[in-house]
Amino acid sequence: MPQSDASQPLLRARGVRKIFPGTIALDGVDFSLEAGEVHALLGENGAGKSTLIKCLTGAYRRDGGDILLEGEIINPKGTIDAQAYGIGTVYQEVNLLPNLTIAENLSLGHQPTRFGMISVRDMNRRAREVLANYDLSVDVTRNLGSCSVAVQQVIAIARAVTLSGKVLILDEPTASLDSHEVGMLFDVIRSLKQRGLGIVFISHFLDQIFEISDRLTVLRNGRLVGTETTSDIDRLRLVNLMLGRELEEEIRPHGKDHTATGEPRFSFTGFGRKGSIAPFDLAIHSGEVVGVAGLLGSGRTETAEVLFGVSHHDSGVASRGEGTDLHLKSPRDAIAAGFGFCPEDRKTDGVIADLTVRENIALALQARIGWMRRIPDREQRAMANDYIRKLDIRTPDAEKPVGLLSGGNQQKVMLARWLATNPSFLILDEPTRGIDVGAHAEIIRLIEDLCAQGMSLLVISSELDELVAYSHRVIVVRDRHHVAELVGNEITTDNMVSAIAAPEKETVI
Amino acid sequence: MNARLLPLVATLVIFLVAYAICYAQYPVMLSTRVIGNLLTDNAFLGIVAVGMTFVIISGGIDLSVGSVIAFSGVFIAVMLRDTALHPMAVFAMLLVLTTLFGAAMGATIHLLEMPPFIVTLAGMFLARGMAYVLSIDAVPITHDFYDQMQSMYWLMPGKGRLTLIGGLMLVVFIVGIGLAHRTRFGMNVYAVGGGANTAALMGVPLGRTTTAIYAFSGLLAGIAGIVFSIYTSAGYSLATVGVELDAIAAVVIGGTLLTGGSGFVAGTLIGVLIMGLIQTYIIFDGTLSSWWTKILIGMLLFAFIVLQKGLVWTTGKKRAAGG
Amino acid sequence: MTVMLPFLRRIMPQLITLAVIVGLISFMFPGFFTISIANGRLYGIPIDILNRGAPVALLAIGMTLVIATRGIDLSVGAVMAICGATAAWGITEGYSLAATLAMALSAGLVCGLWNGFLVAVLGIQPIVATLILMVAGRGVAQLITEGAILTFNHEGLIFFGSGSLFTVPTPVIIGVAAGALATLVVRRTALGMLIEAIGINLRASTLSGVNTRVLLIAVYMTSGLCAALAGIIAAADIRGADANNAGLWLELDAILAVVIGGTSLLGGRFSLIASLIGALIIQAVNTGILLSGFPPEFNLIIKAVIILIILILQSPTMRSVVIFFSRDPAGAGEVEKETVVP
Repeated sequence: MPQSDASQPLLRARGVRKIFPGTIALDGVDFSLEAGEVHALLGENGAGKSTLIKCLTGAYRRDGGDILLEGEIINPKGTIDAQAYGIGTVYQEVNLLPNLTIAENLSLGHQPTRFGMISVRDMNRRAREVLANYDLSVDVTRNLGSCSVAVQQVIAIARAVTLSGKVLILDEPTASLDSHEVGMLFDVIRSLKQRGLGIVFISHFLDQIFEISDRLTVLRNGRLVGTETTSDIDRLRLVNLMLGRELEEEIRPHGKDHTATGEPRFSFTGFGRKGSIAPFDLAIHSGEVVGVAGLLGSGRTETAEVLFGVSHHDSGVASRGEGTDLHLKSPRDAIAAGFGFCPEDRKTDGVIADLTVRENIALALQARIGWMRRIPDREQRAMANDYIRKLDIRTPDAEKPVGLLSGGNQQKVMLARWLATNPSFLILDEPTRGIDVGAHAEIIRLIEDLCAQGMSLLVISSELDELVAYSHRVIVVRDRHHVAELVGNEITTDNMVSAIAAPEKETVI
Repeated sequence: MNARLLPLVATLVIFLVAYAICYAQYPVMLSTRVIGNLLTDNAFLGIVAVGMTFVIISGGIDLSVGSVIAFSGVFIAVMLRDTALHPMAVFAMLLVLTTLFGAAMGATIHLLEMPPFIVTLAGMFLARGMAYVLSIDAVPITHDFYDQMQSMYWLMPGKGRLTLIGGLMLVVFIVGIGLAHRTRFGMNVYAVGGGANTAALMGVPLGRTTTAIYAFSGLLAGIAGIVFSIYTSAGYSLATVGVELDAIAAVVIGGTLLTGGSGFVAGTLIGVLIMGLIQTYIIFDGTLSSWWTKILIGMLLFAFIVLQKGLVWTTGKKRAAGG
Repeated sequence: MTVMLPFLRRIMPQLITLAVIVGLISFMFPGFFTISIANGRLYGIPIDILNRGAPVALLAIGMTLVIATRGIDLSVGAVMAICGATAAWGITEGYSLAATLAMALSAGLVCGLWNGFLVAVLGIQPIVATLILMVAGRGVAQLITEGAILTFNHEGLIFFGSGSLFTVPTPVIIGVAAGALATLVVRRTALGMLIEAIGINLRASTLSGVNTRVLLIAVYMTSGLCAALAGIIAAADIRGADANNAGLWLELDAILAVVIGGTSLLGGRFSLIASLIGALIIQAVNTGILLSGFPPEFNLIIKAVIILIILILQSPTMRSVVIFFSRDPAGAGEVEKETVVP
């Protein structure tokens, strides 16, 4: 490993803190990157990976801590400024312009000009030269948008390296690549490493982490969990670092004797959608919580979206009870069948920010009843106040715009919206993400209560302890396949971790 | 073939087919005389359409250009009537004025983070109002220099006349093409249209670019105003109502995406010529009524918008399948 | 009363603006409030403002709903021309008044359906989608009138433009009735809330089971219907259909009325009443300038200034400054006090 002078790390973060209203996104995180190493950064959603990156590049202002580049304290003011220091970033959604050509994308802002006019020939020649370093022979006059995502990704890297040249930060670069393309990208990363760049690599694919990284750093809930040399750590321990406390005592499998018997309430056979989730079978019984475990991007959210008709399933059938067929082509169909769905991204898919708490709660029920029969104000208010009390939604009153509430309270409003429709099957995608500890416990209690009342629930969560606490069954999702189903006493964090971590698909328990 | 050239090729094919149909019925349509008139009659429209192309490629819209043309005409006429200034001096003053006007709109759009639609709507009212304030009645322009400019032309083979203003339009198009594809400014315009946030991340100065785009559109609207005043020998505050719509239509028919990010200045020229051709054909025909122009242009607009929607949809789908 | 107070708060800026403008006019023209009755019809400046403001007010009703869904309808002026031409054609062809009106109103609905289809089904940006009809619409109207100004002398149809009922001019009655009906339908049913939900967050609304596609189409059809009513009034007023000039640039006045009414161009919360007051403000300015001896050319400049002021007030940059200075950003404190009772 080529060391830089005086054994200073190339890039170093010291005690970085970042506070958002209501949460501490980064709590004194240390991080160091050597020249010529690939350093993986791991953690679930909300662990603080992106926040750390944004603090490193100055896209966010830090609330504490220092950034040192080759031993000197630096304070980049933004992505462009960071680039001037030598730190380049490539994000998951390629941050290039699909409507420009490859050469234009590579040279934007730095085009070769002659008498004020861009010399297109020079621009294209330079682009070809740059890409030759990456073993990429493409027509540089093509629109970037017409290239595959992998090629776009390499071009984004090429631009970042050309403009910066010391540190390259790759934020989930492989999220939408197939295995061949990942191989191509890794070749590029390895050759850059040879050239002495320090590379920060963020990914949630463990195989890739093990393949490419020299060291890895795990974050959880804004805290540093640890930095390890990749060759010294095994898969199981890594997943444990990411997801939970170190193999703690067996958690009480309370009330798990309830085994699903009799006819299922809903069953799905061969349900799936090409490119997002492989066909799966699923039966949902009344009074049952089915947990879904899996890492980010494993296909857990896609499972929920296919069930709720957000994205059309292209294979399989759904049926109710004795076998009446269900047509689930849209959310409206799903709602008519008695489904409810709290999506993961509350801001964009969930709450209607400018509407009041009352209106947000009434929305789904009103949509089902139809616009003609408006739920009278008094009933709406009664309903809203009822749920505000029952779910302990912290709001001065029901007429407050829901956008002004905290995340946990918005989540409760979402739950209230669906509970008001009295669903028989409720899908919750990460219901406890980004909410404070108190609200967290309340939502878990609520899930248990609803289940006791006979409702069926499908709960997606990256908090494995939580799944252990309330699930009667747990589906493990990996690489867009349902790979395991755990029932009763099999539901332990250990078992889930090993099913998630298993490198091959055969470990069906 | 490069997919982004498809709308341009479609425009060109439509133009050639339309011209062939016209030629089959009225062979005289291919004469340089008709072509010369086509260029002269549409000179002012073509010039504003160049500015509109830049605005639309950047993802914006400029509703003020029709009013600015009218204002320019009245301004020139009143200045020539009431002062002893030479027309060239008046032109210079006017162009400074309209450029600043456009820059002010661009800066407002950027600083207030408001939709270009409503900001340029205010500009449209303001420019038209200022034209009214200068003069409500049509003001004739009588100046030797104007007579000279009107009589300047290049005799093409076949006795067609390429007039000064027709030639000026072609020059503006050539400059516009160079600006769009050969300068950093042009590249920045495409970049902003492709995604303002991404462009800013890649180092494009958003505020400066937005201001420059609308300033350029204002400048060209001023030039179009000069051309229109030469064409009509008068300034009239009620003139060129709705020219912004014609310009937008020409840009879209020329293959530029109304959502921004993609398009060609050269396509706009063809768009203007298609619109002019429809009018010429209807005049030649004599039995067809003038309203068919509007309906045909509307249909062309629809066809191009749907074509572009389809293109965006299929490329998006292809990319999803590839990924 | 707890329901009325927020409502009054909402339309207060518009009411104050209107009052100031009316005050200025009456100051400069003392005879302002004189209303007389002649030939069984009310006359006077206030009546004139209402009467002339009716078409824009009608357009503003549909435009408010469209803008609330985060859309815009540029075609209403052209649709007015189409529907006015249809009415004139129908009556001169000898169809009954009822059939003529039905044809004109259906023409408006069809235009709205077309816009709605482009926006909701093909997913074309509203400003682009409605531009098509804005460009082609006048051609269609001319096609119907065959290029001429189609005049008619049918008393029944003329009644809609210059007639009166119980001394009140018909356009005023139509405008008030349409405004009342729309407000009633939108606020007594759940439509208003669903439309706002779509405008604020289309995806979340779809996920909550709101039939966004159908609602969007319905909103554009409403806009078409309002334009049809305005078109009939405009044609009846001049006893003829002028395909070139009927409703010319009224779409801009309608959008302006909505903007003055405080509905954001970015969709969401809307108030029909405030938009109607907005339409009256525009007309009052028009009338005021005519009366007070200012040259009418100032009209456009004043409109431009109004837009600029509203833009500055509505801009996100400005809003953050306002929030900084007000300790109670959402006005939630006021609401709190009022709802302690239950």
